[in-house]
Amino acid sequence: MSTETLTKKDAFKTYLLRLADDRLILGQRMSEWCGHGPVLEEDLALANMALDLIGHASALYAYAAEVEDEGHDEDHFAYFRDDDEFTNLQLCELPKGDFAFTIARQFLFSSFSYYQYELLKGAKDEQFAGMIDKHLKEIKYHLRHSRDWIFKLGDGTEESHQRMQDALDELWMYVGELFFIDGVDEMMRAEGNGADLLSFKDEWKKLVEDTLTEATLTVPDWDQFMMTGSRNGMHTEHLGHMLAQMQFLRRSHPEADWK
Amino acid sequence: MKTETLHTEDQIWEYIREVTDPEIPVLNIIEMGIARSVSIDETGKVLVKITPTYSGCPAMNAIEKMVMEKLEEKDVDDFEVKLDFSEAWTTDWMTEEAKKKLKEYGIAPPEKSVSDDDFLNSLSSTKIIPCPFCDSFETELQSQFGSTACKSQYFCNSCHQPFEHFKCI
Repeated sequence: MSTETLTKKDAFKTYLLRLADDRLILGQRMSEWCGHGPVLEEDLALANMALDLIGHASALYAYAAEVEDEGHDEDHFAYFRDDDEFTNLQLCELPKGDFAFTIARQFLFSSFSYYQYELLKGAKDEQFAGMIDKHLKEIKYHLRHSRDWIFKLGDGTEESHQRMQDALDELWMYVGELFFIDGVDEMMRAEGNGADLLSFKDEWKKLVEDTLTEATLTVPDWDQFMMTGSRNGMHTEHLGHMLAQMQFLRRSHPEADWK
Repeated sequence: MKTETLHTEDQIWEYIREVTDPEIPVLNIIEMGIARSVSIDETGKVLVKITPTYSGCPAMNAIEKMVMEKLEEKDVDDFEVKLDFSEAWTTDWMTEEAKKKLKEYGIAPPEKSVSDDDFLNSLSSTKIIPCPFCDSFETELQSQFGSTACKSQYFCNSCHQPFEHFKCI
Protein backbone atom coordinates (compact mmCIF):
# COMPACT_ATOMS: atom_id res chain seq x y z
CA MET A 1 0.00 0.00 0.00
CA SER A 2 1.37 3.40 -0.96
CA THR A 3 2.22 5.41 2.12
CA GLU A 4 1.68 8.79 0.42
CA THR A 5 -2.08 8.45 0.26
CA LEU A 6 -2.48 6.37 3.40
CA THR A 7 -4.75 7.89 6.03
CA LYS A 8 -4.78 6.88 9.68
CA LYS A 9 -8.22 5.38 9.19
CA ASP A 10 -7.09 3.29 6.19
CA ALA A 11 -4.05 2.11 8.07
CA PHE A 12 -6.11 1.00 11.07
CA LYS A 13 -8.63 -0.81 8.89
CA THR A 14 -5.92 -2.51 6.84
CA TYR A 15 -4.08 -3.53 9.99
CA LEU A 16 -7.24 -5.05 11.51
CA LEU A 17 -8.04 -6.85 8.26
CA ARG A 18 -4.57 -8.37 8.04
CA LEU A 19 -4.87 -9.73 11.56
CA ALA A 20 -8.41 -10.92 10.94
CA ASP A 21 -7.65 -12.53 7.56
CA ASP A 22 -4.84 -14.62 9.06
CA ARG A 23 -7.23 -15.94 11.69
CA LEU A 24 -10.24 -16.55 9.50
CA ILE A 25 -8.26 -18.43 6.87
CA LEU A 26 -6.27 -20.49 9.37
CA GLY A 27 -9.42 -21.16 11.40
CA GLN A 28 -11.24 -22.35 8.28
CA ARG A 29 -8.32 -24.65 7.44
CA MET A 30 -8.28 -26.09 10.94
CA SER A 31 -12.02 -26.65 10.90
CA GLU A 32 -11.42 -29.14 8.07
CA TRP A 33 -10.11 -31.48 10.78
CA CYS A 34 -13.50 -31.62 12.47
CA GLY A 35 -14.51 -35.28 12.45
CA HIS A 36 -11.12 -36.31 11.00
CA GLY A 37 -8.78 -35.86 13.98
CA PRO A 38 -6.34 -38.69 14.73
CA VAL A 39 -7.93 -39.23 18.17
CA LEU A 40 -11.06 -37.80 19.76
CA GLU A 41 -9.19 -35.42 22.09
CA GLU A 42 -7.29 -33.92 19.17
CA ASP A 43 -10.39 -33.65 17.05
CA LEU A 44 -11.94 -31.56 19.84
CA ALA A 45 -8.77 -29.57 20.37
CA LEU A 46 -8.42 -28.64 16.70
CA ALA A 47 -12.10 -27.78 16.39
CA ASN A 48 -11.90 -25.61 19.52
CA MET A 49 -8.84 -23.78 18.25
CA ALA A 50 -10.52 -23.26 14.89
CA LEU A 51 -13.47 -21.73 16.74
CA ASP A 52 -11.15 -19.48 18.74
CA LEU A 53 -9.46 -18.24 15.58
CA ILE A 54 -12.72 -17.61 13.76
CA GLY A 55 -13.98 -15.82 16.89
CA HIS A 56 -10.87 -13.62 16.88
CA ALA A 57 -11.41 -12.88 13.19
CA SER A 58 -15.06 -12.03 13.73
CA ALA A 59 -14.28 -9.50 16.47
CA LEU A 60 -11.49 -7.92 14.41
CA TYR A 61 -13.65 -7.73 11.27
CA ALA A 62 -16.50 -6.14 13.20
CA TYR A 63 -14.09 -3.56 14.54
CA ALA A 64 -12.62 -2.95 11.07
CA ALA A 65 -16.17 -2.29 9.86
CA GLU A 66 -16.66 0.20 12.70
CA VAL A 67 -13.39 1.96 11.87
CA GLU A 68 -14.22 2.00 8.16
CA ASP A 69 -17.73 3.34 8.85
CA GLU A 70 -19.28 2.45 5.51
CA GLY A 71 -22.09 0.26 6.76
CA HIS A 72 -20.28 -3.08 6.35
CA ASP A 73 -20.33 -5.88 8.90
CA GLU A 74 -17.97 -8.77 9.60
CA ASP A 75 -19.70 -11.01 7.06
CA HIS A 76 -18.90 -8.52 4.31
CA PHE A 77 -15.17 -8.97 4.87
CA ALA A 78 -15.37 -12.74 5.25
CA TYR A 79 -17.74 -13.59 2.42
CA PHE A 80 -17.78 -10.83 -0.13
CA ARG A 81 -14.14 -10.24 -0.95
CA ASP A 82 -12.10 -12.10 -3.60
CA ASP A 83 -8.76 -13.78 -3.06
CA ASP A 84 -6.69 -10.78 -4.15
CA GLU A 85 -8.45 -8.67 -1.50
CA PHE A 86 -7.45 -11.04 1.28
CA THR A 87 -4.25 -10.09 3.06
CA ASN A 88 -3.64 -13.22 5.14
CA LEU A 89 -0.23 -14.85 5.24
CA GLN A 90 0.25 -17.59 2.67
CA LEU A 91 1.30 -19.75 5.63
CA CYS A 92 -2.31 -19.72 6.83
CA GLU A 93 -3.94 -20.73 3.55
CA LEU A 94 -1.87 -23.85 2.75
CA PRO A 95 -3.93 -27.06 2.73
CA LYS A 96 -4.10 -28.75 6.12
CA GLY A 97 -1.76 -31.57 5.11
CA ASP A 98 -1.21 -34.35 7.64
CA PHE A 99 -1.43 -33.88 11.41
CA ALA A 100 2.28 -33.03 11.61
CA PHE A 101 1.88 -30.29 9.01
CA THR A 102 -1.10 -28.77 10.82
CA ILE A 103 0.75 -28.84 14.15
CA ALA A 104 3.98 -27.42 12.72
CA ARG A 105 2.10 -24.52 11.14
CA GLN A 106 0.10 -23.96 14.33
CA PHE A 107 3.29 -23.81 16.38
CA LEU A 108 4.96 -21.30 14.04
CA PHE A 109 1.85 -19.13 13.86
CA SER A 110 0.92 -19.29 17.57
CA SER A 111 4.43 -18.51 18.76
CA PHE A 112 4.63 -15.54 16.38
CA SER A 113 1.15 -14.36 17.45
CA TYR A 114 2.12 -14.65 21.09
CA TYR A 115 4.96 -12.13 20.75
CA GLN A 116 2.96 -9.87 18.45
CA TYR A 117 -0.04 -9.80 20.80
CA GLU A 118 2.10 -9.23 23.88
CA LEU A 119 3.03 -5.91 22.26
CA LEU A 120 -0.41 -5.12 20.82
CA LYS A 121 -2.21 -5.55 24.14
CA GLY A 122 -0.63 -2.25 25.16
CA ALA A 123 -2.34 -0.44 22.23
CA LYS A 124 -3.76 3.01 22.91
CA ASP A 125 -7.13 2.15 21.40
CA GLU A 126 -9.10 0.65 24.29
CA GLN A 127 -11.45 -1.64 22.36
CA PHE A 128 -8.58 -2.95 20.23
CA ALA A 129 -6.34 -3.54 23.25
CA GLY A 130 -9.18 -5.30 25.10
CA MET A 131 -9.77 -7.66 22.17
CA ILE A 132 -6.07 -8.43 21.88
CA ASP A 133 -5.75 -9.09 25.61
CA LYS A 134 -8.61 -11.56 25.42
CA HIS A 135 -7.32 -13.33 22.31
CA LEU A 136 -3.84 -13.56 23.80
CA LYS A 137 -5.12 -15.72 26.65
CA GLU A 138 -6.37 -18.21 24.08
CA ILE A 139 -3.25 -18.02 21.93
CA LYS A 140 -1.28 -19.16 24.96
CA TYR A 141 -3.28 -22.38 25.01
CA HIS A 142 -2.70 -22.85 21.30
CA LEU A 143 1.02 -22.37 21.75
CA ARG A 144 1.21 -24.85 24.62
CA HIS A 145 -0.78 -27.38 22.66
CA SER A 146 1.23 -27.21 19.45
CA ARG A 147 4.58 -27.07 21.25
CA ASP A 148 3.74 -30.21 23.23
CA TRP A 149 2.96 -32.00 19.99
CA ILE A 150 6.21 -30.85 18.34
CA PHE A 151 8.02 -32.74 21.12
CA LYS A 152 5.78 -35.78 20.91
CA LEU A 153 6.05 -36.10 17.14
CA GLY A 154 9.64 -34.89 16.67
CA ASP A 155 10.96 -37.10 19.44
CA GLY A 156 8.46 -39.90 18.80
CA THR A 157 8.69 -42.71 16.29
CA GLU A 158 10.81 -42.73 13.17
CA GLU A 159 7.73 -42.01 11.09
CA SER A 160 6.39 -39.19 13.27
CA HIS A 161 9.86 -37.60 13.32
CA GLN A 162 10.14 -37.78 9.54
CA ARG A 163 6.66 -36.36 9.02
CA MET A 164 7.32 -33.44 11.36
CA GLN A 165 10.65 -32.72 9.69
CA ASP A 166 9.04 -32.85 6.23
CA ALA A 167 6.30 -30.47 7.41
CA LEU A 168 8.82 -27.94 8.70
CA ASP A 169 10.90 -28.15 5.54
CA GLU A 170 7.82 -27.56 3.41
CA LEU A 171 6.54 -24.69 5.56
CA TRP A 172 9.83 -22.88 5.88
CA MET A 173 9.64 -20.69 2.81
CA TYR A 174 6.42 -19.20 4.20
CA VAL A 175 7.83 -17.97 7.52
CA GLY A 176 9.71 -14.99 6.04
CA GLU A 177 6.44 -13.15 5.55
CA LEU A 178 5.66 -13.17 9.25
CA PHE A 179 7.98 -10.21 9.60
CA PHE A 180 6.78 -8.24 6.57
CA ILE A 181 6.55 -4.53 7.39
CA ASP A 182 5.23 -1.63 5.33
CA GLY A 183 3.75 1.84 5.75
CA VAL A 184 0.66 0.45 7.45
CA ASP A 185 2.75 -1.02 10.26
CA GLU A 186 4.77 2.13 10.59
CA MET A 187 1.74 4.38 10.78
CA MET A 188 0.08 2.11 13.35
CA ARG A 189 3.20 2.16 15.48
CA ALA A 190 3.38 5.92 15.26
CA GLU A 191 -0.22 6.03 16.51
CA GLY A 192 0.57 3.78 19.44
CA ASN A 193 -1.54 0.92 18.10
CA GLY A 194 1.01 -1.22 16.27
CA ALA A 195 3.65 -3.78 17.18
CA ASP A 196 7.33 -3.52 16.28
CA LEU A 197 7.75 -6.96 14.73
CA LEU A 198 11.50 -6.75 14.45
CA SER A 199 11.84 -6.19 18.19
CA PHE A 200 11.03 -9.82 18.92
CA LYS A 201 12.31 -11.53 15.79
CA ASP A 202 15.44 -12.94 17.45
CA GLU A 203 13.53 -14.04 20.53
CA TRP A 204 10.94 -15.79 18.38
CA LYS A 205 13.62 -17.52 16.31
CA LYS A 206 15.27 -18.71 19.51
CA LEU A 207 12.01 -20.16 20.83
CA VAL A 208 11.48 -22.00 17.54
CA GLU A 209 15.08 -23.23 17.40
CA ASP A 210 15.09 -24.37 21.05
CA THR A 211 11.81 -26.22 20.59
CA LEU A 212 12.83 -27.97 17.38
CA THR A 213 16.26 -28.88 18.76
CA GLU A 214 14.76 -30.32 21.95
CA ALA A 215 12.39 -32.31 19.74
CA THR A 216 15.47 -33.74 17.89
CA LEU A 217 14.43 -31.91 14.71
CA THR A 218 16.68 -30.00 12.32
CA VAL A 219 16.04 -26.27 12.03
CA PRO A 220 15.74 -25.47 8.30
CA ASP A 221 17.82 -22.69 6.78
CA TRP A 222 16.56 -19.24 7.79
CA ASP A 223 18.31 -17.73 4.77
CA GLN A 224 16.59 -19.87 2.15
CA PHE A 225 14.22 -18.42 -0.47
CA MET A 226 11.12 -16.92 1.16
CA MET A 227 7.70 -16.23 -0.38
CA THR A 228 6.37 -12.65 -0.31
CA GLY A 229 3.35 -10.62 -1.35
CA SER A 230 0.44 -11.86 0.72
CA ARG A 231 -0.04 -8.64 2.69
CA ASN A 232 -0.76 -7.00 -0.66
CA GLY A 233 -3.08 -9.71 -1.91
CA MET A 234 -0.74 -12.16 -3.63
CA HIS A 235 -1.56 -15.74 -2.75
CA THR A 236 -0.90 -19.35 -3.57
CA GLU A 237 -3.36 -21.25 -5.77
CA HIS A 238 -4.92 -22.72 -2.63
CA LEU A 239 -6.70 -19.64 -1.31
CA GLY A 240 -9.07 -19.27 -4.26
CA HIS A 241 -10.23 -22.86 -3.92
CA MET A 242 -10.82 -22.46 -0.22
CA LEU A 243 -12.77 -19.24 -0.66
CA ALA A 244 -14.90 -20.79 -3.39
CA GLN A 245 -16.03 -23.41 -0.91
CA MET A 246 -16.27 -21.08 2.08
CA GLN A 247 -18.10 -18.25 0.36
CA PHE A 248 -20.33 -20.15 -2.07
CA LEU A 249 -23.40 -20.51 0.12
CA ARG A 250 -23.32 -16.98 1.42
CA ARG A 251 -22.90 -15.46 -2.03
CA SER A 252 -25.69 -17.61 -3.44
CA HIS A 253 -28.03 -16.31 -0.74
CA PRO A 254 -26.68 -12.89 0.14
CA GLU A 255 -29.81 -11.88 2.03
CA ALA A 256 -30.07 -15.05 4.10
CA ASP A 257 -30.27 -14.52 7.84
CA TRP A 258 -29.29 -16.94 10.61
CA LYS A 259 -31.54 -15.41 13.21
CA MET B 1 -52.74 -2.05 25.66
CA LYS B 2 -49.28 -1.21 26.83
CA THR B 3 -48.79 -0.01 30.37
CA GLU B 4 -45.96 2.34 31.20
CA THR B 5 -43.60 0.54 33.53
CA LEU B 6 -40.48 2.01 34.97
CA HIS B 7 -37.67 -0.33 35.78
CA THR B 8 -34.81 0.36 38.13
CA GLU B 9 -31.26 -0.86 37.57
CA ASP B 10 -31.69 -3.29 40.45
CA GLN B 11 -34.77 -4.74 38.81
CA ILE B 12 -32.92 -5.17 35.50
CA TRP B 13 -30.19 -7.04 37.36
CA GLU B 14 -32.86 -9.29 38.87
CA TYR B 15 -34.33 -9.96 35.41
CA ILE B 16 -31.05 -10.95 33.83
CA ARG B 17 -30.23 -13.11 36.84
CA GLU B 18 -32.85 -15.46 35.37
CA VAL B 19 -30.74 -15.97 32.23
CA THR B 20 -28.56 -19.06 32.58
CA ASP B 21 -25.53 -20.13 30.60
CA PRO B 22 -26.80 -22.53 27.92
CA GLU B 23 -23.68 -24.71 28.25
CA ILE B 24 -23.65 -24.73 32.06
CA PRO B 25 -27.31 -24.38 33.08
CA VAL B 26 -26.55 -24.33 36.83
CA LEU B 27 -24.99 -20.88 36.46
CA ASN B 28 -26.61 -17.61 35.54
CA ILE B 29 -24.81 -14.97 33.51
CA ILE B 30 -24.16 -12.77 36.53
CA GLU B 31 -22.42 -15.59 38.40
CA MET B 32 -20.43 -16.30 35.23
CA GLY B 33 -19.24 -12.71 35.08
CA ILE B 34 -20.73 -12.37 31.58
CA ALA B 35 -23.18 -9.56 32.46
CA ARG B 36 -20.89 -6.60 33.07
CA SER B 37 -23.07 -3.56 33.60
CA VAL B 38 -26.59 -2.19 33.57
CA SER B 39 -27.34 1.48 33.06
CA ILE B 40 -30.41 3.52 32.32
CA ASP B 41 -30.11 6.86 30.56
CA GLU B 42 -32.32 9.93 31.03
CA THR B 43 -34.77 8.78 28.34
CA GLY B 44 -35.29 5.52 30.21
CA LYS B 45 -33.34 3.43 27.71
CA VAL B 46 -31.69 0.41 29.32
CA LEU B 47 -28.15 -0.54 28.29
CA VAL B 48 -26.88 -3.99 29.26
CA LYS B 49 -23.25 -4.76 28.54
CA ILE B 50 -22.15 -8.35 28.24
CA THR B 51 -18.75 -9.80 27.46
CA PRO B 52 -17.86 -13.12 25.83
CA THR B 53 -16.00 -15.71 27.90
CA TYR B 54 -14.12 -17.23 24.97
CA SER B 55 -13.85 -15.52 21.59
CA GLY B 56 -15.18 -18.50 19.71
CA CYS B 57 -17.88 -19.32 22.22
CA PRO B 58 -20.93 -20.37 20.18
CA ALA B 59 -23.13 -19.70 23.22
CA MET B 60 -22.51 -15.96 23.02
CA ASN B 61 -25.12 -15.23 20.36
CA ALA B 62 -27.57 -17.39 22.24
CA ILE B 63 -26.89 -15.51 25.48
CA GLU B 64 -27.33 -12.15 23.77
CA LYS B 65 -30.66 -13.34 22.40
CA MET B 66 -31.75 -14.76 25.75
CA VAL B 67 -31.06 -11.46 27.50
CA MET B 68 -33.11 -9.63 24.88
CA GLU B 69 -35.97 -12.08 25.23
CA LYS B 70 -35.88 -11.81 29.01
CA LEU B 71 -36.09 -8.01 28.87
CA GLU B 72 -38.99 -8.21 26.44
CA GLU B 73 -40.72 -10.71 28.67
CA LYS B 74 -40.38 -8.27 31.58
CA ASP B 75 -41.93 -5.46 29.52
CA VAL B 76 -38.76 -3.46 29.18
CA ASP B 77 -39.53 -1.54 25.99
CA ASP B 78 -36.42 0.40 25.22
CA PHE B 79 -33.14 -1.44 25.60
CA GLU B 80 -29.85 -2.32 23.96
CA VAL B 81 -27.64 -5.32 24.64
CA LYS B 82 -24.07 -4.49 23.74
CA LEU B 83 -20.99 -6.70 23.50
CA ASP B 84 -18.15 -5.07 25.36
CA PHE B 85 -14.56 -6.03 24.55
CA SER B 86 -12.75 -3.32 26.44
CA GLU B 87 -11.86 -5.64 29.31
CA ALA B 88 -10.93 -9.27 28.72
CA TRP B 89 -13.12 -11.71 30.61
CA THR B 90 -11.32 -13.65 33.28
CA THR B 91 -12.40 -16.60 35.39
CA ASP B 92 -11.69 -14.36 38.40
CA TRP B 93 -15.00 -12.65 37.59
CA MET B 94 -16.88 -15.83 38.42
CA THR B 95 -18.35 -15.58 41.89
CA GLU B 96 -17.38 -17.96 44.71
CA GLU B 97 -20.94 -19.23 44.66
CA ALA B 98 -20.53 -20.00 40.96
CA LYS B 99 -17.34 -21.96 41.58
CA LYS B 100 -19.10 -23.97 44.29
CA LYS B 101 -21.98 -24.75 41.97
CA LEU B 102 -19.59 -25.77 39.20
CA LYS B 103 -17.91 -28.30 41.51
CA GLU B 104 -21.26 -29.70 42.59
CA TYR B 105 -22.15 -30.00 38.91
CA GLY B 106 -19.01 -32.13 38.38
CA ILE B 107 -16.75 -29.55 36.74
CA ALA B 108 -13.50 -28.68 38.53
CA PRO B 109 -13.71 -24.90 38.99
CA PRO B 110 -10.98 -22.51 37.85
CA GLU B 111 -8.37 -21.60 40.42
CA LYS B 112 -7.45 -17.96 41.06
CA SER B 113 -5.46 -16.69 38.12
CA VAL B 114 -1.82 -15.88 38.70
CA SER B 115 0.41 -13.45 36.87
CA ASP B 116 1.44 -14.87 33.53
CA ASP B 117 4.62 -12.87 33.13
CA ASP B 118 6.68 -16.01 33.25
CA PHE B 119 4.57 -17.75 30.62
CA LEU B 120 7.39 -18.69 28.27
CA ASN B 121 9.36 -20.36 31.08
CA SER B 122 6.35 -22.27 32.31
CA LEU B 123 5.35 -23.72 28.94
CA SER B 124 6.10 -27.28 29.99
CA SER B 125 4.54 -27.21 33.44
CA THR B 126 1.02 -28.39 34.09
CA LYS B 127 -1.14 -27.47 37.04
CA ILE B 128 -2.51 -30.09 39.38
CA ILE B 129 -6.29 -29.90 39.45
CA PRO B 130 -8.16 -31.71 42.25
CA CYS B 131 -10.92 -34.10 41.23
CA PRO B 132 -14.38 -32.53 41.72
CA PHE B 133 -15.80 -35.90 42.75
CA CYS B 134 -13.31 -37.26 45.31
CA ASP B 135 -10.97 -34.27 45.87
CA SER B 136 -7.95 -36.40 45.02
CA PHE B 137 -4.85 -34.71 43.63
CA GLU B 138 -3.93 -37.87 41.70
CA THR B 139 -5.26 -36.49 38.44
CA GLU B 140 -3.79 -36.07 35.01
CA LEU B 141 -4.41 -33.75 32.11
CA GLN B 142 -5.68 -35.57 29.05
CA SER B 143 -6.32 -32.65 26.74
CA GLN B 144 -6.12 -28.86 26.98
CA PHE B 145 -9.43 -28.77 25.13
CA GLY B 146 -12.61 -30.46 26.29
CA SER B 147 -16.19 -30.47 25.10
CA THR B 148 -16.16 -26.67 24.93
CA ALA B 149 -13.33 -24.16 24.50
CA CYS B 150 -13.54 -23.11 28.15
CA LYS B 151 -12.89 -26.58 29.55
CA SER B 152 -9.98 -29.01 29.56
CA GLN B 153 -10.19 -32.75 30.02
CA TYR B 154 -8.76 -34.56 33.07
CA PHE B 155 -8.78 -38.07 34.46
CA CYS B 156 -8.79 -38.94 38.15
CA ASN B 157 -6.54 -41.87 39.00
CA SER B 158 -8.14 -42.29 42.43
CA CYS B 159 -11.82 -42.64 41.56
CA HIS B 160 -11.15 -43.47 37.90
CA GLN B 161 -13.53 -40.84 36.59
CA PRO B 162 -12.91 -38.53 33.69
CA PHE B 163 -13.82 -34.93 34.54
CA GLU B 164 -13.75 -31.48 33.05
CA HIS B 165 -11.87 -28.51 34.41
CA PHE B 166 -13.01 -24.95 33.74
CA LYS B 167 -9.77 -23.43 32.48
CA CYS B 168 -8.37 -20.49 34.34
CA ILE B 169 -7.92 -17.52 32.04
